[in-house]
Amino acid sequence: MSIKVENLTHIYAEGLPHQQVAIEDISFEIEDGSFVGIIGHTGSGKSTLVQHLPGLLKPNSGSIIIDGEDITKKEGSLTEIRRKTGLVFQYPEYQLFEETVAKDVAFGPLNLGVSMEEAERRVGEALKQVGMDVKLVGDVSPFELSGGEKRRVAIAGVMAMEPEVLILDEPTAGLDPKGHHDILELVEKIHKAKGGITILVSHNMADIVNYADKVLVIEKGKLVMEGTPLEIFKREDELIKMDLDIPPAAELIRTLRERGLKIKGNPMSVKEAVSAIYEAIKP
Amino acid sequence: MDQVSLKIHKGSFTAVIGSNGSGKSTLAKNINALLLPTSGAVYIKGMDTRVMEYLWDIRQSAGMVFQNPDNQLVSSVVEDDVAFGPENLGVEPLEIRRRVDEALKSVNMYDERKSGPHLLSGGQKQRIAIAGVVAMRPDVIIFDEPTAMLDPKGRKEVMTIIKTLNSEGITVVLITHFMDEASLADYIYIMDKGKVALKGSPGEVFSRVEEIRSYDLDVPLAVMVAEGLREKGIDVPTHIVTVKEMVDYLCQ
Repeated sequence: MSIKVENLTHIYAEGLPHQQVAIEDISFEIEDGSFVGIIGHTGSGKSTLVQHLPGLLKPNSGSIIIDGEDITKKEGSLTEIRRKTGLVFQYPEYQLFEETVAKDVAFGPLNLGVSMEEAERRVGEALKQVGMDVKLVGDVSPFELSGGEKRRVAIAGVMAMEPEVLILDEPTAGLDPKGHHDILELVEKIHKAKGGITILVSHNMADIVNYADKVLVIEKGKLVMEGTPLEIFKREDELIKMDLDIPPAAELIRTLRERGLKIKGNPMSVKEAVSAIYEAIKP
Repeated sequence: MDQVSLKIHKGSFTAVIGSNGSGKSTLAKNINALLLPTSGAVYIKGMDTRVMEYLWDIRQSAGMVFQNPDNQLVSSVVEDDVAFGPENLGVEPLEIRRRVDEALKSVNMYDERKSGPHLLSGGQKQRIAIAGVVAMRPDVIIFDEPTAMLDPKGRKEVMTIIKTLNSEGITVVLITHFMDEASLADYIYIMDKGKVALKGSPGEVFSRVEEIRSYDLDVPLAVMVAEGLREKGIDVPTHIVTVKEMVDYLCQ
């Protein structure tokens, strides 16, 4: 599995007075096994970008090559593309609709044309991956579950399509701290187990540092930075200029440096920050 | 909610935290009579929320701001939206004009008064929703996860406005999942399974790290760092809970 995006441009309402360039001339490559974080302001074009990958939006120009095939040139059905690329939208629990959890999770694979038996197997497997037991929740209405559980069922619905690329658009918005932590641990576990590519769109820089191995920064529709979390967050002056956050631990270090504390290195996580501060102040 | 008793003082900034389903939002809705208690009573400025004739006064005294700004805006023009509350209270037109201008200035959105809410960012929309409440001249504003759907910039904008309103004398009740926001309050209530599990100043509450984690909650960044430094033998005082306090301590 690999993704190659070349010179991608998308213009909403092209030719109309309120035409808007949502993303412009974006190019990048993602290798198999990567966990990619995408950051940027609301309205920067992140969601528009990721909606192109499963072919939900067609670009005005540019190409998206998934596993060697340019999906923008493809004629006819995109079912195969959509099978490979699963997108979990923001607040995905709003899309739950079936009478039971099992039926809801089975909806995707059945639409892809798999057999009833295969769908059942996948429902059990997908629920297990999100830490739920089909025997316990399979016949329950999804609307009787808690917020965090609903979200896990919604993610299972995408997992059941067995995508090789899993894209999650702010999967933890509105969850409490435990729900937040649980969902991300789950995503990491799934990523390690299934391989392929995971893409996480997030405003939470601490999460990006903790989970991603590659980061794309989108600003005003353009790809402005690309690199490892360390490479990206080292450029903190540029990020702050764009009004973007740096990880909270890095921000603490920055403030301490401004106040004259001599701290070495580039601590990004809380653990790294504690060690670096200790080295600076130890008796 | 089960046997909850608490008192919120005029002019204070109180944060309520707790996991999903702990009863935080139910508590908030009981404060301005959107919900009525099954037993027990809620008094706003001495008015019992169960007495029908106080309803308008209670709603005027205690305004609410919810999570999703899109669900709270009713008009297609910003200033009309802010005028909606005072209009409903029967305020004189000239006074409405004055209040709308004042409210929009207080949330830094006066320049956008003729704009359409749909053209604004999430943080800006939430500030308009706050202005709509401010224009009703409430004594208390209850914020129910006002930053949950915003990006970091929007969150900062809204938190700045909340702090400013509080410093101008409005009593603030903030329900949040973000511990760093809660650490800015004067007083914190932690809800768990419908009960008040822990209460006190941010310093008192967040020094009980293990207990807080047992309620499925987190602690603010400064507390995590303090904990890490203590493990390495640095004796960081437990009252340090905000980044500012931590910086002041380390750079003393």
